[in-house]
Amino acid sequence: MSQIIDRRLNPKHKSAVNRQRFLHRFRKQIRKAVADAVDGRSVTDTESGERITIPAKDLSEPTFHHGPGGRREGVHPGNKEFITGDRIPRPQGGEGRGNRASNQGEGMDDFVFELSRDEFLEFFFEDLELPDLIKTKLAQEVSQRSIPAGFSKDGIPPNLHVIRSLKEAHARRIALTTAKRRRLRELEAELESLQAAGAGENELIELRREIEHLKAKIAAVPFLDTLDLRYRNRIQVPKPTTQAVMFCLMDVSGSMDQYKKSLAKRFFLLLYLFLSRNYERTDVVFIRHHTVAKEVDEEEFFYSRETGGTVVSSALELLREIMRERYPSQDWNLYAAQASDGDNWPEDSGNCGHLLDAEILPYLQYYAYIEIDNEYPLGLWQEYEKIARRWPNFAMQAIDEPADIYPVFRELFKKKGVKG
Amino acid sequence: MSTKTPISTSSEWTFDSLKQYDAEIARIAADFGLDTYPNQIEIISSEQMMDAYASCGLPVYYHHWSFGKQFLSIEKHYKRGQMGLAYELVINSNPCIAYLMEENTTMMQILVIAHACYGHNSFFKNNYLFKAWTAADAIIDYLVFAKHYIAECEQRYGEDAVEEILDSCHALMNYGVDRYRKPSPLSAHEERQRQKERAEYLQSQLNELWRRTVPEKTTRTEEKADRYPSEPEENLLYFIEKNAPLLEPWQREIIRIVRKIAQYLYPQRHTKIMNEGWATFWHYTIMQRLYDEGLVTDGFMLEFLEAHTNVIAQPPFDHDFYNGINPYALGFAMYRDLQRICQNPTEEDRRWFPEIAGSDWLETLDFAMRNFKDDSFIAQYLSPQVIRDFHLFSVLDEEADDELEISAIHDEGGYQAIRHALSEQYNQGSLEPDIQVWSVNTRGDRSLTLRHSQHQRRPLGDSAEEMLRHIHRLWSFKVRLETVDPHGRVKACHECG
Repeated sequence: MSQIIDRRLNPKHKSAVNRQRFLHRFRKQIRKAVADAVDGRSVTDTESGERITIPAKDLSEPTFHHGPGGRREGVHPGNKEFITGDRIPRPQGGEGRGNRASNQGEGMDDFVFELSRDEFLEFFFEDLELPDLIKTKLAQEVSQRSIPAGFSKDGIPPNLHVIRSLKEAHARRIALTTAKRRRLRELEAELESLQAAGAGENELIELRREIEHLKAKIAAVPFLDTLDLRYRNRIQVPKPTTQAVMFCLMDVSGSMDQYKKSLAKRFFLLLYLFLSRNYERTDVVFIRHHTVAKEVDEEEFFYSRETGGTVVSSALELLREIMRERYPSQDWNLYAAQASDGDNWPEDSGNCGHLLDAEILPYLQYYAYIEIDNEYPLGLWQEYEKIARRWPNFAMQAIDEPADIYPVFRELFKKKGVKG
Repeated sequence: MSTKTPISTSSEWTFDSLKQYDAEIARIAADFGLDTYPNQIEIISSEQMMDAYASCGLPVYYHHWSFGKQFLSIEKHYKRGQMGLAYELVINSNPCIAYLMEENTTMMQILVIAHACYGHNSFFKNNYLFKAWTAADAIIDYLVFAKHYIAECEQRYGEDAVEEILDSCHALMNYGVDRYRKPSPLSAHEERQRQKERAEYLQSQLNELWRRTVPEKTTRTEEKADRYPSEPEENLLYFIEKNAPLLEPWQREIIRIVRKIAQYLYPQRHTKIMNEGWATFWHYTIMQRLYDEGLVTDGFMLEFLEAHTNVIAQPPFDHDFYNGINPYALGFAMYRDLQRICQNPTEEDRRWFPEIAGSDWLETLDFAMRNFKDDSFIAQYLSPQVIRDFHLFSVLDEEADDELEISAIHDEGGYQAIRHALSEQYNQGSLEPDIQVWSVNTRGDRSLTLRHSQHQRRPLGDSAEEMLRHIHRLWSFKVRLETVDPHGRVKACHECG
């Protein structure tokens, strides 16, 4: 007797837990592989996973086995020309065949597998946490979540809980009829014994009436009463949401060439990716500037070409305006990231310092400044160094090449208490 | 030729057609006298098949990173098209659970049903190793018990602590098997009930064993002391479970779980050729019968023969795809040959197999299936015909010698030698080193001494040190592994702790 069962709808991914265990167990190796991968890969590529290679020796599962040596006799199929007693040179590289498959790009010694995008990012962001993540402000449109919360006596028909209701009804019926039933049983017993004793119909008539009366009363207890009804209860709880806005400031003056821009871009993208994973909602404001600042969309921010001189304070002023108008600091976590090659109109650096000191930094969670290719630190860098001393939420770093970005990023947003 | 019409002509299977085919196959199998557990055939998707694969084919298993590793590697190979998934997976349980992939064609499903649900199934039910060492009725319940128990331990003692123990147990899994005693049958219910008692009892026993052993300076008594254990113990996990000084009761229970499962899997390792050969023989035979009865079409049969030919392909030793002897190929050939010897014996067969030649083939095959494992099966039944068909030859690799020697080929002088050498290749000693518990210093430093008795002077592989660390983790005191030659002389010694 066979039974054929369709299990295709059973859950897949039974191995998901084991996969997690695997990632957990080799997190050290994977983290390193991820860090290496980040150096080489374009940060704009945030949609794909990553191929991870772990040396096989790190994840071997040992067993006792025979080593080479001693005497062994092996039987093989497909003899063509050998005859008994033939002697053939021992194949190099140990056992018969063996190390042959190694020219496939990855050695036999490596274990290669794919991390999904989410897993990749999880490793990527490990240990990172934005500073002062304290403003967990309920968003303007507070979203509510409905969660089950026991049972209630009123509700709408679709929420009616039949079993609960029937239980209540049952209990009520028992409560209301027990005494009557007991009395009924007694009367019936009495009736029976009187009948057995041969009592006349007249003597019994009162008894019978009482029995009928009791029966009617019992029957009158309703099977289901409105007050038995129970409804599944759900309550609304506010869902805490956090929101952040990230201001991206970039210098697009003539001295910022395409290479520098692309470095800056990677930094912004990394920051954006990070914020968007940590906050329910992340707004991004792009401000580009040369001598005047302008709020632009993403496309224009990264790709359109403009030239001109450099007045950094124009961008800071615009930032301040936008902040005041649209992103009050009691509702928003505010972040700003500025990328520049350090070139600024000499008289302007002081203005920048004032603006930051008085009108920007007090409201910001964090301000990160990266200077690209600052072989000769110029006025802006020096001005900012002073600010950095005064403000703990101001950070600055210099980067030279793509490989610098990730370490810088980590340095900037290092988890508090995690060193190095 | 029969006048019956084919059950279906479409390559798309339906539940109805599968049921009909299964009924016909069941009838034919019964006709051939195959004795099977009831079948539970489950249709699953390829992803579910990968899941099943990754955990030794067991339907329920506790969680461990190594299964995740297994899964990743299968997934990678499968997605790159380097590996097809097996068409089927069958579990030695009662009822016998077989997985069929939904992607299979009708022909493939029928092939798999014949192969797994009647071939493997009857082997599981009747081969002596399986009968002696596995409890098909209880295994699923036991696996559920094990999974829950280990999950509970993870909650209570932490995933990492459980993982450590499991790692070490897995390393020793092949040494957690009894080969000569019959273990008490598994029962998940009793396991649960007795688990607690056992934990307490064990602890009391241990206290007894170690009572005297507050380590003291080695003194005169030591060399006279009785050896413990009095006989060497081959089941390392069993010995550790019962005797390791410091393990917590839950750790002992986990060791027990791993060795129970190892015991359950043990017969499979020693009957690959027999089991796959048997299943292949029967899918072939049953398919032929289906065709003879007109229940399947010519096209169906062509598709089948192509698949079957792939299954039993044996690349020669110098081929790129050569990866040792294909158990499907050799097993199938041997059963077919037995059938031939019974039905059309030659003069040579009468000399080699006087008792079998001309006998009833069904009875002979049934006997062969029931009473052997790979090495004894080959020693008993590998015929000159099969040796010639496979062009088998044996190569002697002697360490001291610079060259290899062809010690025998498929000719009159070589048949016995090849049969012997091939049988040797599948025996316990060749498959894994013989390592047993030799002694425990119960009065001194509590050190554990294991002995590796060399097989053909072969040394231990380079994993020995790492293995000792695993054993040390379980034993907690010094562990020594001595390699001894056939004269009992210690040739090498590893230590840990």
